[in-house]
Amino acid sequence: MSDDLQPDYEKARKLLFEMVRMRRFEERSIESYQSGKIRGFLHVYIGEEAVATGVMGQLKAEDSIVATYREHGHALARGISAKSIMAEMYGKQEGCARGRGGSMHLFDKTKKFYGGNAIVGGGLPLAVGLALADKMQQRTGVTACFFGEGATAEGAFHESMNLAALWKVPVLFVCENNLYAMGTPIAVELAQKNVARMADSYGIANTSVDGMDVLAVVEAAKTAVDCVRSGQPYLLECRTYRFRPHSMFDAELYRSKEEVDQWKRRDPITLFFDQLNRAQVLDVADLEAIEAEVAREIDDAVDFAEAGTLEPISDLLRFVYSEAAV
Amino acid sequence: MNAVLNIVAPSITYREAVAEAIREAMEADPRVFLLGEDVGHYGGCFGVSRGMLTQYGPERIRDAPLSETGFVGAGIGAALGGMRPIIEIMTVNFSLLALDQIVNTAATLSHMSGGQFHVPIVIRMATGGGKQIAAQHSHSWEGWFAHIPGLRILVPATLEDARGMLAPALADPDPVLIFENQTLYNLKGELPQNRTVDICSAKIRRSGSDVSLLTYGASLYKALEAAAIVAESGINAEVIDLRVLRPLDDRTIMESIRRTHRALIVDEGWRSGGISAEIAARITEQSFYDLDCPVERVCTAEIPLPYCKHLEDASLPQTATIVNSLRKMVGKDG
Repeated sequence: MSDDLQPDYEKARKLLFEMVRMRRFEERSIESYQSGKIRGFLHVYIGEEAVATGVMGQLKAEDSIVATYREHGHALARGISAKSIMAEMYGKQEGCARGRGGSMHLFDKTKKFYGGNAIVGGGLPLAVGLALADKMQQRTGVTACFFGEGATAEGAFHESMNLAALWKVPVLFVCENNLYAMGTPIAVELAQKNVARMADSYGIANTSVDGMDVLAVVEAAKTAVDCVRSGQPYLLECRTYRFRPHSMFDAELYRSKEEVDQWKRRDPITLFFDQLNRAQVLDVADLEAIEAEVAREIDDAVDFAEAGTLEPISDLLRFVYSEAAV
Repeated sequence: MNAVLNIVAPSITYREAVAEAIREAMEADPRVFLLGEDVGHYGGCFGVSRGMLTQYGPERIRDAPLSETGFVGAGIGAALGGMRPIIEIMTVNFSLLALDQIVNTAATLSHMSGGQFHVPIVIRMATGGGKQIAAQHSHSWEGWFAHIPGLRILVPATLEDARGMLAPALADPDPVLIFENQTLYNLKGELPQNRTVDICSAKIRRSGSDVSLLTYGASLYKALEAAAIVAESGINAEVIDLRVLRPLDDRTIMESIRRTHRALIVDEGWRSGGISAEIAARITEQSFYDLDCPVERVCTAEIPLPYCKHLEDASLPQTATIVNSLRKMVGKDG
């Protein structure tokens, strides 16, 4: 906990609001999944909200985002509307990818949100290229790439770190280390369990931070983004934990209920609220107001998704190839 | 060998034709850059980019480490970010290390994002056998890539196409893969005055009335040679250079078969599940009642290509095999 850091009311409320919004949005998504409105894979971010909230706040509109298949939180924090994300998961053409991507493939060109990549590690080379394009065109934007610690076992991770360091491109690698690659514990998957240290091999600046402490993430992300804006890549490891199963199909045979309960005591929302409450920055009434505002937004999102329309089957073959020159 | 080119005096090689296209693209558009293994200091594995590093500098003639996933993926990202990258993969054999990026990312992004994102990338690579470089450097997998919706697959066989296909490929908003058969780099000829080519049609390289010989890449020259040989015994073979494996130009193929009533496909890929199988299936679907005999194929033997010359020669489609098939089909076994 970063008790010494006292954010002002507005900043604190914004961070808390964003995390509560992600949490409730995904809880509602699970309900919709259970009632059969959402199908396919649904990977929720519950427990990890401090990471996307803390990092995304440091980015600007000119920056690019590459995320994973567990990206509802990142999409929300980036400003993609809850309505269009929910509609996407309902498979409606009002969704942010016209219903063709679903939960794992959220996209929004206006937000420079490049997905939603469901190949573990697949987004990293892409992020290096986006950063290279900014550099070659003398633009000031940077690229933030989110991935789990499981991705660091992929060749794509190491190739991307090497390229980013060689080419000195403005890319921020954000590793969300939640200790499991699906059901494989870190002890079984990684020889180097200190993910940030992997960056040392490539001469890339790095740090590890408590990913359950949103203020700590904010501070670390500020340092990281400053470094990236100066033209150097950076690896930020956020140590976090997934409270829910990997997906809706996971029996969680690989971890104990006690372990999960232990981590839930460090729930990023509770931790932050308690800290703010203790410091008299905001109180229960503020939290209730946030909850009410979020509930309204999510109700609207569900209504929007329910009322959404299905793309006609005659459109099936559209978008495989571009419909106009770019 | 140069029958299609109408040559007066050989003045340029296939390699130089590709290089000229790259230089023109670099001059025409500052967003264009070349990225790949050994494209800079070495001058290109096949010598295509020799001299370009000095001419354009290391930013635009960018040597990549041995990281096919990394630099192909970075090329895709750069294309998304507004650049027009030309990615060179040394040979199709190494492209398998980047298959995930090409298939799961480049080919899917437009559709998966509901048409929001486009990947205007060009990926060039050498393909094919015949140089005694054995089973990990000799294969022809352009047919595999032709399986993938979202990609355009080009197989330039002539100097004109080697020179002319790059500009329209770069102008295409979607990923384009160009396969240059490695035995063609030293092919010599003269470029036609008209340098504009399309990247959507097959071309008749020799007209004929008895049988349609459908082929592409280096096999085009064996097909033309075979057609010239059988012409002496009165068999008129029409030779079609497919040029584009995806989307296939069904119309040119079927129109030819409507005239000849016979089809022989020559493909340096393997027979099972290959592009020749796809073409044969389409002929059956669209032109079955025009056929006088079954569709025939000459493909590479279904083995990893061997090193020793006599066995490699026996593996690949050869003029003599094509001649035999043509004679059998037209009933003049000679």
